Amino acid sequence: MVEFCGIELRDPVINASGTFDAIAARRVYGEALLEDFPFSAFVSKTITPEPRIGNEPQRIWETPAGMINSIGLPNKGLEGFLAEDLPQLAQLPVPLIVSVMGTSREEFSRLVAAVGEREEVAAIELNVSCPNVHSGLIVGEQPSETAALLETLRPLTGKPLIVKLTPNVADPASVAVGAEEAGADAVSLINTMKASAIDPASGRPGIGAGQGGLSGPAVRPIAVAQVRAVAAAVRLPIVGMGGVCNGADAFEMLAAGATLVAVGTESFRDPRAGCRIAAELFERLSPPL
Amino acid sequence: MTAPFGRRACEVVDSRASGGYRVFSLLDGEGPEPLPGQFYMLATEHRWQERRERPFLPRALSVADIEPGENGTRLDFLIEGIGPGTDRLCALEPGERVWVNGPLGNSFSTPSELSSGAAGAILVGGGIGIAPLALLRRRFGDRGVPTRLLLGFRDRAHSGGLDDLFRCCEVGLASDDGHVGHHGYVTDLLAAMLEGDDASSAAVYACGPPPMLDAVAALCTGRGVACELAMEAPMACGYGACFGCAVPKPGGGYIRLCVDGPVVRGG
Repeated sequence: MVEFCGIELRDPVINASGTFDAIAARRVYGEALLEDFPFSAFVSKTITPEPRIGNEPQRIWETPAGMINSIGLPNKGLEGFLAEDLPQLAQLPVPLIVSVMGTSREEFSRLVAAVGEREEVAAIELNVSCPNVHSGLIVGEQPSETAALLETLRPLTGKPLIVKLTPNVADPASVAVGAEEAGADAVSLINTMKASAIDPASGRPGIGAGQGGLSGPAVRPIAVAQVRAVAAAVRLPIVGMGGVCNGADAFEMLAAGATLVAVGTESFRDPRAGCRIAAELFERLSPPL
Repeated sequence: MTAPFGRRACEVVDSRASGGYRVFSLLDGEGPEPLPGQFYMLATEHRWQERRERPFLPRALSVADIEPGENGTRLDFLIEGIGPGTDRLCALEPGERVWVNGPLGNSFSTPSELSSGAAGAILVGGGIGIAPLALLRRRFGDRGVPTRLLLGFRDRAHSGGLDDLFRCCEVGLASDDGHVGHHGYVTDLLAAMLEGDDASSAAVYACGPPPMLDAVAALCTGRGVACELAMEAPMACGYGACFGCAVPKPGGGYIRLCVDGPVVRGG
């Protein structure tokens, strides 16, 4: 068992937000998904106040040892999530972490207050990789903006607040310090790295939006470096992620200072990747008999 | 029947040239028999990522034929090498193993499910898109659904599968370069067929390049004929996780082709 922000988890392997749709997977694989659920906690796709249809295709582009995505956070909005998705996610056999994103402190407040009062929700992850409509600044790129957001949200819920850090900054540790000082319970990193690729057939970007976020093994050494830097700067528990494909990769994240490891892109290649990685990690950490 | 949860390694039992394409066969001892239109996510067990760290993601392939047997179901895939993933799958040799996730996605309806008056089926395939129509033709044959086939190819190098997957039956052929059949588009053949048809008597099933599917949908809409299209979109996972395979839906927004398709109503 692993303890994370007061939540007991069967192992340290969870999913990265937006990389596993448990409701769709249950439609595809049936009850076997629940009997053999691949993660020790489930992190939802990011919920926004209003529904979003997501970005225009093309949304994904394969790259060496990874992929670029520009999905655009399609979701049913807060009301749709609470009414339609939450009851289904509550049936999962593991604690539920809900990811939320707003474009202002008011929007974040509405999301955190509404999600935080639901007993099905164990913790809330704050996706701060979005511009604030008032300042134009990306909250998660500024220690002061991140701290100010946490100061607003902290009084609204007793549930653990996890800040998802962006890697697209010179010093992610300073943002983590801002989050810690303003009352965050944990940080998770890394989100995807800004990236683009040109379609050789057209000479134009392969992603419809021009650029997106890079994930997969290609980013893992960067993630390990950032987890180490953040671990050295804060005392908060860390969810480490970025290109984790197997038990050895998960071990690397834990050794770098993470308490939990999140699996993202590897689940696209192997739907049971979470189970496999947890088993491989367990084997690695267990002393030989 | 749902797909087994996770991916499993299946052995390659055959791989052969089929015109300009290739057909390879996997022995699946675990999964349920796929329905026509369903697909699998495939990646070789070894030497995936061998070309400058690509392919990285598995590739989505519709199943073209199946053969149930004592040790499992033989799954046949028709493939054209057009990039690092399909090139690697084209190079498969018997005895190698392939990671298999599936069967995934929905399947084609019967003519009567599509339109109350429709009793027969017209199958329209273009290029490598003929693959799912082979299994559909077999299923319709088993059920006694009168079925007509129209297949089109660009040129000799971009054609194949006929002797392997359609040797049973009469096929109306078209080719852009005129090397076989009608010199022109397969949709010319469909237009002629629908002109001579009582529009309510048949349903159309199509798979092929997007311009062909658009033309098929327009023809069917114009004649009031029900049609289903098997579509393709860039896909990382195949089971609803990545949201990459978004396809616009009528009235706005998107569907995920992997879980809400790959078969969609045309027109």
